[in-house]
Amino acid sequence: MKNVQKNKIKDIFLNYGVILILYFVVQLFLKSGSVSSLMKGLLVPLCIYSILAISLNLVVGISGELSLGHAGFMCVGAFFSASCSMLLKGSSLPPMLIFFIALCIGAISAGFFGFLIGIPVLRLKGDYLAIVTLAFGEIIKNIINALYFGVDKNGWHFSLKDGTAVALGEGGKWIIKGAQGITGTPKYSNFTVGIILLLLSMLFIQHFIHSRTGRAVMAIRDNRIAAESIALPASKLKLLCFTISAAIAGIAGVLYAHNLSSLQALPKNFGYNQSIMILVFVVLGGIGNMRGSILAAVVLTLLPELLRSLNDYRMLIYAVVLIVMMLFTSAPGFIAFRENILHRLFRKEVNA
Amino acid sequence: MKKQLSMVLAALMAASLVACGGASGEKKATEAESKANAESSGAEKSGLTWKIGGQGPLTGGAAVYGNAVVNGAEIAIDEINANGGINGYQIEYKKADDEHDQEKAINAYNSLKDWGMQFLVGPTTSAPAIAVGTEAEGDNMFLLSPSGSAVEVTAPKNVFRVCFSDPAQGTKSAEYIGSHNLGKKIGIIYDSSDVYSSGIHDSFVAEAPKQGLEVVADEQFTADSNKDFSTQLQKMKDSGAELVFLPFYYSEAALVLTQANTMGFKPTFFGCDGMDGILNVENFDVSLAEGLMLLTPFAADAKDDLTVNFVKNYKEKYKETPIQFAADAYDAVYAIKAAVEKAGLTPDQSVSDLGTAMEKAMTEISLDGLTGTGMKWNEAGDVDKEPKAVIIKDGAYVSAE
Repeated sequence: MKNVQKNKIKDIFLNYGVILILYFVVQLFLKSGSVSSLMKGLLVPLCIYSILAISLNLVVGISGELSLGHAGFMCVGAFFSASCSMLLKGSSLPPMLIFFIALCIGAISAGFFGFLIGIPVLRLKGDYLAIVTLAFGEIIKNIINALYFGVDKNGWHFSLKDGTAVALGEGGKWIIKGAQGITGTPKYSNFTVGIILLLLSMLFIQHFIHSRTGRAVMAIRDNRIAAESIALPASKLKLLCFTISAAIAGIAGVLYAHNLSSLQALPKNFGYNQSIMILVFVVLGGIGNMRGSILAAVVLTLLPELLRSLNDYRMLIYAVVLIVMMLFTSAPGFIAFRENILHRLFRKEVNA
Repeated sequence: MKKQLSMVLAALMAASLVACGGASGEKKATEAESKANAESSGAEKSGLTWKIGGQGPLTGGAAVYGNAVVNGAEIAIDEINANGGINGYQIEYKKADDEHDQEKAINAYNSLKDWGMQFLVGPTTSAPAIAVGTEAEGDNMFLLSPSGSAVEVTAPKNVFRVCFSDPAQGTKSAEYIGSHNLGKKIGIIYDSSDVYSSGIHDSFVAEAPKQGLEVVADEQFTADSNKDFSTQLQKMKDSGAELVFLPFYYSEAALVLTQANTMGFKPTFFGCDGMDGILNVENFDVSLAEGLMLLTPFAADAKDDLTVNFVKNYKEKYKETPIQFAADAYDAVYAIKAAVEKAGLTPDQSVSDLGTAMEKAMTEISLDGLTGTGMKWNEAGDVDKEPKAVIIKDGAYVSAE
């Protein structure tokens, strides 16, 4: 028993260790100036997708539910936080404080939407969460595309019709301009902030998983009837887990919003495909395996960019790699082969 | 077991990161060296070249634009190189795909920067242009977008454009329809989830009453519902619209025209420059586009020497008729040439110095190009030129005049 716990702790710290080592290696190369601009530009997206992957893994791997709307929560986090920092931009607050406030607002708003959706849906058994979150992701994207939000001396103005319905007074400015979204968001995200947020999300999720509550959630996942028979509140615990996951997806959205100067809710960045992409990270990385999710997110984000020189063939190769990775992680034959190789490689260690 | 495996993989990844970092680092070093050599000896002047990047969606839904832009720019660069280059230096050209996505656009821009780009002819589409413009402002890289038409594109001081802005297009379209008596009752269908489309729509609706036009139906769709237009078309038909204004991209427009035809609804259709490219849509019955009008500054059938020559070269090289985007990019390259010559720049200057000099020189030049004569730029980065309309006759673009 003691041994098992020791292994677990080792496992947890290994996760942080790997991230920190990678961070310092990258920092070293940044300092020596040998990292290409392309790589520099990719560092923050890598953090964003890693955070998204572990947040979805909490839902898919730990609570055993399927969410197809994580891009929607990311979208909520992104737009709420970007609106917040646009409103505070002119004030005398230091940038990091504005970012912190925006971060809190982004996480809370996304968590709140997750909570709202979870209340009715998580009472049901089956795949209802997948259906509802799928719809949520699409709805939120369309609402934001139709939303006009401006601010002037008389306060805030909203319209869901078109821009001309909002008559902004003198000195007024647009925060969200319909399909054009938010233009001019301050760039607060950088690699260090991204890594800190990734570590914090990781810390939170890992501690949640290994806490009493987390174990209870996993018990419900494995056998709901047995868990309920020992008086575990199934719906409540699942709701808690889902809300945390949505809030963390919101944090990824905050990073996203403050990384590019313009923010639009396009099908490409906040649509259904993005949600599926996050799910792909989780499935390829191994359901319930946080380190694997991060790895998959990093590899699958880097790959299309590293293959850039191949032009038209890169999406073809990307697809092939995706299939190979899937076989490698999930096909029984491959698993046996892999274990076999590893067993031979590390036989000494195993014997000892 | 899994632990070790993931450790190995993580190590591999770190190695790959380092590897690509290292490679480009070396390249930079050698470049810097060669620059230093060139400067010191002076005799090796011929080794220096201008490095111009091109960027746009080369794959995906908007690929027609991106490809037209990089092809158009390539034609101009080949011509200039054949005539001795800019200020005696040859031009190197490299294109990058941004998939009409902001995040990818930044990646494309960064990869071009790694290559050593000095000027960028791009990005092609608005949303990427806004994102890249702000990113490039930090580097003070000079950007000349051929077709990024959203107002915000030229907000950074280093970004200029060759095309009209969206509101200008909406206003000019209304003016054109009004002054040429193309119809009094106007129906509009637009993509409310797209910046370009809603930008034109808003300014068109604002201008229409001034031109004596009546907007009888105003319908929208979004990027998620851009396959079935029967509801919108039915409303157009019921409202008795004589002219239907379609301010969006050609891929949806092809569907609108096909569906209007099956409904037996035949008003005049009028589009903006996004409509340009409709004749290249695969599996689209070109005869349906007969009589379609679009506001664009370029018509491939124009008889002036410049256009005839450009169209001939383009057809020879790429086996298709160039669209406005190609012409915009062609003009963009010549505008860069004119500005560089005006300011007397050389490629050994830093990107930031070049940017500052170009921002000043651009406002001083006047260019006779494919998309207009006497084109002039203001400090905001916007161009002043006359709009032209084009009509589709017998499966080809013909000037409407």
